[in-house]
This record gives sequence, structure tokens and C-alpha cells, in this order.
Amino acid sequence: MNQSARNGWLLSLPALILLVVGAAGPLLIVAVYSFLEPGDFSGVEWSFTTEAWFRVFFERDIFDDTVSAADAHLTILWRSVKLSLLTTLVTFVIGFPTAWFIATQPPNRRAMWLFLITIPFWTNLLIRTFAILEVIRNQGLLNSFLQWLGLIDAPIQILYTDGAVLIGMAYVYLPLMVLPLFAAIDRFDFRLIEAAYDLYASRLLVLRRIIVPIVRPGIVAGSILVFVPSLGAYVTPRILGGGKNMMIGNFIDLQFGQGRNWPLGAALSMLLLFIVMAALLAYVRVTSSEDRQNV
Amino acid sequence: MKLVLTSALAIAAATAATAEGKLNIYNWGNYTSPELIEKFEKEFDVEVTITDFDSNTTALAKIEAGGHGFDIVVPTHSYVPTYIEKGLLMKPGIPEMENYKNISANWKEVDWDPMREYTVPWQWGTTGVAVNTSAYGGDINTSDIWLNPPPELEGKVNVVPEMQDVVSLALMYVGGEPCSTNKDDLKKARDALVAAKAKWLSMDYGMTEKLSNGDVVATVNWNGSTFRARENNPDVAYGYPKEGYIVWMDNVGILADAQNPDNAKLFVNFIMDPENAAMISAFARYANGIDGSEAFMPPEMKDAPEIVVPEELKAAGKFNPACSDEAKEYYNAIWTELQK
Repeated sequence: MNQSARNGWLLSLPALILLVVGAAGPLLIVAVYSFLEPGDFSGVEWSFTTEAWFRVFFERDIFDDTVSAADAHLTILWRSVKLSLLTTLVTFVIGFPTAWFIATQPPNRRAMWLFLITIPFWTNLLIRTFAILEVIRNQGLLNSFLQWLGLIDAPIQILYTDGAVLIGMAYVYLPLMVLPLFAAIDRFDFRLIEAAYDLYASRLLVLRRIIVPIVRPGIVAGSILVFVPSLGAYVTPRILGGGKNMMIGNFIDLQFGQGRNWPLGAALSMLLLFIVMAALLAYVRVTSSEDRQNV
Repeated sequence: MKLVLTSALAIAAATAATAEGKLNIYNWGNYTSPELIEKFEKEFDVEVTITDFDSNTTALAKIEAGGHGFDIVVPTHSYVPTYIEKGLLMKPGIPEMENYKNISANWKEVDWDPMREYTVPWQWGTTGVAVNTSAYGGDINTSDIWLNPPPELEGKVNVVPEMQDVVSLALMYVGGEPCSTNKDDLKKARDALVAAKAKWLSMDYGMTEKLSNGDVVATVNWNGSTFRARENNPDVAYGYPKEGYIVWMDNVGILADAQNPDNAKLFVNFIMDPENAAMISAFARYANGIDGSEAFMPPEMKDAPEIVVPEELKAAGKFNPACSDEAKEYYNAIWTELQK
């Protein structure tokens, strides 16, 4: 090994150590725990079993030992994926016009609009979620206002429903959609639209054939940035979901607390990791095929 | 070597000195009287930090996992034997404490901590149902409220996520006993719970506020919390299920790995003082098990319907025993299934 290569290794050593200790190490522990037996109240017993993984996919009746598919886990997983996809869709529908609006402002005002978008980040997530709770609860702002208008007689039950979780997540993750969309639209050459109109393209065609393909990396990045944290969301469904209709993050937490089954929690965490990995692989595939097209 | 040892000792002494004046309490949420803590802080020049938990299982899991940094924990009586078996509590010499004499006779010799070597009373109460009578006008002295909800309450019921209480209530509802190991009864209880869950709104903690402001109109709840909700919202009423309801006591123990055991001992003795025990009750609205505290109790607690059990329903109250290991396993399995 020559001098510069050795130096390179030495210089990257702190980063490597950080990666091993901070990322690979904990993951390895989770992976190992998923193959152990649960301890009495918490922790694990050091004996190998695939029971946790078995229980991710199947359940055994506690009274007659009959085995069936773990539809409860599937329900929770499906709810998580569904809510995350919906969150992505809602943030996109709201975020795209917002990002377009900001990108088409004069440069000196863009900074101000972007600044306004980031203001919610100054407040703790927990507090923002409680603020949403104040808005949507039965005697909260929204229901009181609708009742005052005479539109409804009794409060609408929003709190503790999937809808409440969706509202909370869409609110929390909206900036993560707006910012990459803005970055993509900002680079967009608006003369292309004029050129398209000159060639008699309709507005819909301009949107479909010119704008969307060019800002697509921004759309994909924003979607990933919203979808991935939504899938593992914990605080929002915990507070707004009421503990009955859990998302996968809450269900994993439950295994480490009340459920007292760390191995099952570890196995479910690994499963979540695989799902996220699949989503990211899809992302890489989409963007790389795009690069090929551009070449 | 000697130098290392002395400096190590010096550091240890220094940290001990800074650790002095601190106390970390791990208690149920919205359960610790701020006035009581303020008084304790002033009297002993100790800085108290309170951390909340929402269920006995959560608390036990966190403490057993270690590294929590708490000095004091307040488990329900049915969990105390588990804490003792696992060596999680210390024996702080409670019978020698100055205020030990104040513990009421019937709370002194208790089966979960026979000689009161590990724990002292915090508060005791019942687990029943709380209903907002503007939403439902029928009989509320029944577990039908949450296990077979009337049409008015369908989809509106909350159940507090407390395993021991919820499973025991369900067992009594189907004609069994708390801590039963009878498979038929357990299966019936499981089926009743799973079937009823579809008609619940949530399984959440913190019902004092949510009952008060009308977000929840029916829930399995504790009497003191319901008392406080009724003070904010007169429509809230407490029901004692005739099929059986739970009587319990929460107890204060010092953790075996407490960082501030001396302050913890001061606190344990402090709360057995009748005037201080009355402060605990005046805040959380439960009885306390300390003789002489009646004199300091707020007058509205003496005849409150959440405190005084109606004569005809007295017999339905069952003290939740400490379950056998076999029963515990069934409870855990049923609870896990219900949580899914």
C-alpha cells in the first residue's frame, strides 16, 4: 500500500468507525435479537429460535394451538403502507402548486417563502402534533367552527381515526415534499413552456410531456422523503390514532414495552427495514433509467 | 496506583456530592401532587424530577431493561411481587421509619408485601367505568358499557391500556375470577375482549382530560380520574360494574439500583405523614391508606360517589390478587392478542 492510500484509509477511519458503531452495530444487534427467545418482562434469553420470525407471519391460538396466517400483522402493515402512500399523495397535491408558486416568484421573495415553509421545523414535532389534536378533537377548533356555522349538529369523530393520522402526517411531512420539488422546479427552464405553446401544445400536454418529465427527480425525491419517515412514523399515530389502530412503528414499540417480546419487535423492525429498502431500490431504478434516457 | 485510587475516590465523592439533592420519581401520569413535591423540595432542599408511565407493564419493562436512572417507582399491588422476585426493589427499613405507624392497620399486613419491607401505600381505588351521561342515559353499573356497548356508545368507547385491570374485569364479566387458570373462562374472556374491541374507539391513557372535554364519552377508568373529570364536567359519572370491578393499591418502592437512596428514603417517610398523604389524595382524588389523613382531606371527597361505594355494589368489588405464573402467562397472551 502506498503512502497516499494509507493516508486515505487513516483519514476515513473516524467515519468508518462511526459507520460501524453507529449504523452496522445496532442493526446487527437487532438482527441477532430477532432470532432469540423473549425474556420474562423485557430483554432476551440467549437461546436460538425462529419463533419471532414465525410469529411475524403466522399466529398460534393460545388455547388450542391452531396456526393461522398473522392477519393482524398484515392489517397493521397494510395500514402503514396505505397511510404512507396517501400521505405522499396528499403532500404532493398540496406541495406541487406550492413549490410552483414559490419557484415562479421574483428571486428576492423566494427566500421569504422558503423561510416560511421551514418555520414549522422550529417547533418540536410532539408539540405540533398536540396542536393538530387541539384542532381536530371533538370539542376542538374545527368541530366547534363547523357547529357554529350550522353545517353539522354533532361533532365529527376525526380524532382516533386513520383520517386523523393522515392529517397529522401530511401536515408534518409537507415541507419535505415542497423543498425537493422547489429545487427541481427552480432549475426548470420556463422558455420550454413558451416553445411548447408556440408549437400548439395544449396546457395538459405541456404539463404531461414537458413539466412532469423534467421535474420528475424532484417528485421522486420528495415522495421518498415523505414515504419513508411516514412508514416508520411513531409520534403522530401514537397521539392521533388512539392506540387501537396502530401503525407498524407503534406496534414495534409495543413489543419492546407492554408486549414484552423484544425478538418479535426486532423481527418486525427488520421487516420494516426490508420494505424501506425495496422502496429505495425502486427509487434508484427509476432515477437511473431516467439518466439513461437523458443520455 | 495509590494516586489513581485516591483520585477515583475523590471523583466518586464529588459526584456523590453533586448527586445529593436529587430525586427521580417514576410514577403514573398526572398522579403526583405538585404541591406535595414543592413542599418536599423546600423541606429537604432536593430537586425532584418526575417521569410518567401509562401502564404497569410499560413501567416494569423499562425498569427491568435497566439504565433508567429512577429512584422511586409506584407500581400497583399486583405487580409488587414481580418487582420483589426480580430483585428490583430494595429494603429501605420501612418498619423503622418514623411515620410507619401511620399506615392503616388493613394496609399494613398485605399479601403482596407481607411485612411492608419494600413498599408503602401511595393511593388506593377502584377500576370501573366512566360514562358521559349526556351520551348515554342507561345503567352504567355494568361492564356491558365496554364489553357489549349499547348502540349509543358503539365506536365511542375507550379502554385504558392496563392489562391486569382489563383482563380481570373481562374475566369477571364472563363469570370467572381474576387470575383464573380455568381455560374455559379465559377463552370466554379473550373472545369477549376481541369481539368488543371492534366496537371501541381507542385504547389510550390520560382520560381525566379527555372525559372532561368530551373527547371520550365512555371508558374503562379509575375512580379518582373520573372524580376529577366530573369536577370539570358534571355529566361524567362513575359506574361500579355489577359483574365485578377491581380494587387496587398503588405502592411506593425504592429501586434496588437507585442513585439517590437517601433522598428516596426521606420521600418514603415523608408521604406517610398524614398531612402529606392528604395532599396526594387532594390532587389525584383517591384514598390513601394513611391514618389521620382524613383530618386534612378536602370536604368534597368525603361523600363523593367515586369514593363511597353504593351498598348494593360493595360485594362486586374484588381485590386483584397477585396472579400465579400460569395465570400471568394467560394474561400476557390475551393482552398481546388484544393489542394487535
